[in-house]
Amino acid sequence: MNMMRLLTTAAVATGLFAGTASAEDMRIALVVKALGIGFFEAAAEGAEEAAKELGGVEIIYTGPTDTTAEGQIEVINALIAQNVDAIAVSANDTDALVPTLKKAMQRGITVISWDSGVAEEGRMAHLNPSSNALIGNMIIKLAADHLPEGGDVAVLSATTTSTNQNTWIEEMNKVMGDYPGINVVATVYGDDLADKSYREAQGLMQSYPDLDAIIAPTSVGIVAAAQAVVDAGKVGQVNVTGLGLPSEMAGAIESGASQSFAIWNPIDLGYSATMLAHQLATEAAKAEPGASISIGRMGAITLDETNSAAMADPFVYDASNIDAFKEIF
Amino acid sequence: MSLAETRMTATPQPDRPDQPRTPRHIPDQLRSPLDRRLKSWESLLLLVALAVFVLNSFASPYFLNAWNLSDATFNFTEKAMIAFAMALLIIAGEIDLSVASIIALSSTAMGLVMQAGYPTPVIVATGLGSGLLCGAFNGVLVTRLGLPSIVVTIGTMSLFRGLSYIILGDGAFRGYPADFAWFGQGYAFWVISVEFVIFALLAVVYAVVLHKTNFGRAVYAVGNNPTAALFSGIRVARVKMTLFLLTGLMSGLASVCLTSRLGSTRPSIATGMELEVVTMVVLGGVSILGGSGSIPGVVIAAFLMGLVTFGLGLLNVPGIVMSIFIGLLLIGVIALPRLWSRLRGAR
Repeated sequence: MNMMRLLTTAAVATGLFAGTASAEDMRIALVVKALGIGFFEAAAEGAEEAAKELGGVEIIYTGPTDTTAEGQIEVINALIAQNVDAIAVSANDTDALVPTLKKAMQRGITVISWDSGVAEEGRMAHLNPSSNALIGNMIIKLAADHLPEGGDVAVLSATTTSTNQNTWIEEMNKVMGDYPGINVVATVYGDDLADKSYREAQGLMQSYPDLDAIIAPTSVGIVAAAQAVVDAGKVGQVNVTGLGLPSEMAGAIESGASQSFAIWNPIDLGYSATMLAHQLATEAAKAEPGASISIGRMGAITLDETNSAAMADPFVYDASNIDAFKEIF
Repeated sequence: MSLAETRMTATPQPDRPDQPRTPRHIPDQLRSPLDRRLKSWESLLLLVALAVFVLNSFASPYFLNAWNLSDATFNFTEKAMIAFAMALLIIAGEIDLSVASIIALSSTAMGLVMQAGYPTPVIVATGLGSGLLCGAFNGVLVTRLGLPSIVVTIGTMSLFRGLSYIILGDGAFRGYPADFAWFGQGYAFWVISVEFVIFALLAVVYAVVLHKTNFGRAVYAVGNNPTAALFSGIRVARVKMTLFLLTGLMSGLASVCLTSRLGSTRPSIATGMELEVVTMVVLGGVSILGGSGSIPGVVIAAFLMGLVTFGLGLLNVPGIVMSIFIGLLLIGVIALPRLWSRLRGAR
C-alpha cells in the first residue's frame, strides 16, 4: 500500500512537469550558467522577445542549479536527446563543454555561445556583449558627455595586472583624440577591493582639487569611488562613471554622485543570442569569418576570424532607467 | 520492525501450573526467504525505478531511444564507481567526504603529467596513483591516529581541492592526447559506453567482494560492532585502511573518466559530487550508521538517480526542482520503511 502511495506520488510529480510543445516550432535552448540569477532571467526575457518577433519559435530556458560544467553537460545532454534545433550557451567552462557540444553539432544542432564563451571548436559562433574597443570608447564618452567644456578626469582601475581593465584603458587612450579638452590626469589601482578603491578615490580628489570625473571600469571601484565622492561632499563637482552593476549603483545615481554608467544589457544580449541562433539554424546566415549577420532590432554583427562578434556598445544606465534595471542585476 | 517482532516473541507466557507446558515453537527464521526478498529495500527501489522508467517513456517522446539512454548513463556512471567503495566504507562505519576533491587533485596531477608530454598509460596511472595516495592519507589519519573519519575527510576535502587551486589558479589543463578520450567518450560496442562497461564490471566485483567473501563479512562485522569484531580476530584497522585505499582508488578512476569526458581539468571539477555519491549510497539502502546495506541496492539507486535526472531534464524541469525531487525521493524512500514498521508495530 505504501508502495502504491509512493508510485502515485511519483506519477503526480512527473505529470506536473510534463510540458506542452507543438512539434513544428523551432526550439532554441538558452542554456545559462545557473538558474536563479537576475542577469540570466533578464536574458531569458530578451530571448522570449526575440521568439515573439520571429514567430514559430519556442525558447527553452534552462541551466544547472549551480555554476558547474558537469551540471551544464547534463542539461545539454538532455537537450541533445530532445533534438532541439539550436543551443545558445553561456558556459561555465571554456573547455569542458567542448566534447558535449561537438556531439550536439554532429547531430545537426546549431550551437552558439554568448556572454561567456566556449573554445572555438565547440561552437559555430560566439556573441560577446561588447568589444574592448567599444568599451574603451564608452568609458571616456560617459565622462566627456557631462563635460562639454572639457576637464580633468582620472582612472580608478582594478589591479595593475587585470587584463580586462588594462585592455580597456589602452583602447580608451587610442580614442582620446576624439574628445578634445578631456585630460586623463592619473591612473590609480584599487585592486578591486572596496576599502583600497575608496582610499585611492579620496587620494585622487586631494591630489587634484579640480578633478571633474573619475572613471572606474570595474564594478567594485565604481561603487567605492561614488561613496568617496559622497563622503567628501563633492557631489556635483566630481562625476563618477565607468562600468558597474545597476543594483549596486542605484544609490550613487540617486545621490547624484554618478550621472551615468554602463554595462551590458542582459535583455539585449538574450535577444541577440536568440536572433543569431535562429539565423544560423534556419541557414539564413552562415557562421564564417567576415559574415555579416542581422540580429533584428540590434542591427547587424560581423564575425571575426574566430567567428566571434560584438553585440553593441555597452548600455548606458542613468536616472531614467536605473529603477527598472536595479531589480534585475 | 525486527525489534517489534522480537519483543512479541520474547514475551513470556504466563505460567499455568495446572496445564502441562507445551514446548514453544521457535522459528529459525522470522520470515520466509521469499517474503523477505519481496519486501526488501532492493525490491522497493526496483519498483520505483521501473515506475520512473515507465513514467518517463510516457512523459517524453525522446526517452525511449538507445542513444539517449546511453547518454543518460553518463549522469551516474562516475558517481556510482565511487559509490560502490563508499558503500563498503559506510557499512564499515566510516565515511569519506573528500572523494570529489580527490577527483580534482588526481585530475590536476594527470594534467601536470600530460603537460610534461607523457603518453596516455602514464596519465591514467598517475590519476589512479594519486587517488590511492589521497586514500592512504585519509586512511592513516583515521586508523593510526584514531581520528573520526567525518572530521578528517572534511579537512582533506578542503586540502586536496586547495592544492589543485594552488597549482591551477584560474587556469586549466587542456590538450589531453586523443586516445585518452576513450575512457570518458569512447564506446565499447554499439551504444554501450566504456564508462558503462567499467561501471557494470565494478558492480559485479563489489557485489562478490561484499556478499561472497570473508572480507565482505568482516566489513559488516566492523560496522556492526568494531570491538566485537576486534575480539573475533578481525583486524579492524586493516579493514578500514583497505576501504579508504579502495575509495581513493575509485575516486582516481572516476577522475580519469571525468577528465577524459570533459577533455580538460579545472580545479572546480566535480564540485559537490561527494554529496551526490553519499545520496546514492544511502538511497541504495546502506545504513548511514553502518552495519547494513547491499551492492545491488546501490546499483539500482544509481540507475534511479540517473533516470530521474535525465527524465526531468528531458522535460526541461529547472535544476532546482530536480534537486527538490531527489531530496524528496531520498527522504521518501528512507522514511517509508520506518513508517511501515511503525504502523505494523502499532497494530
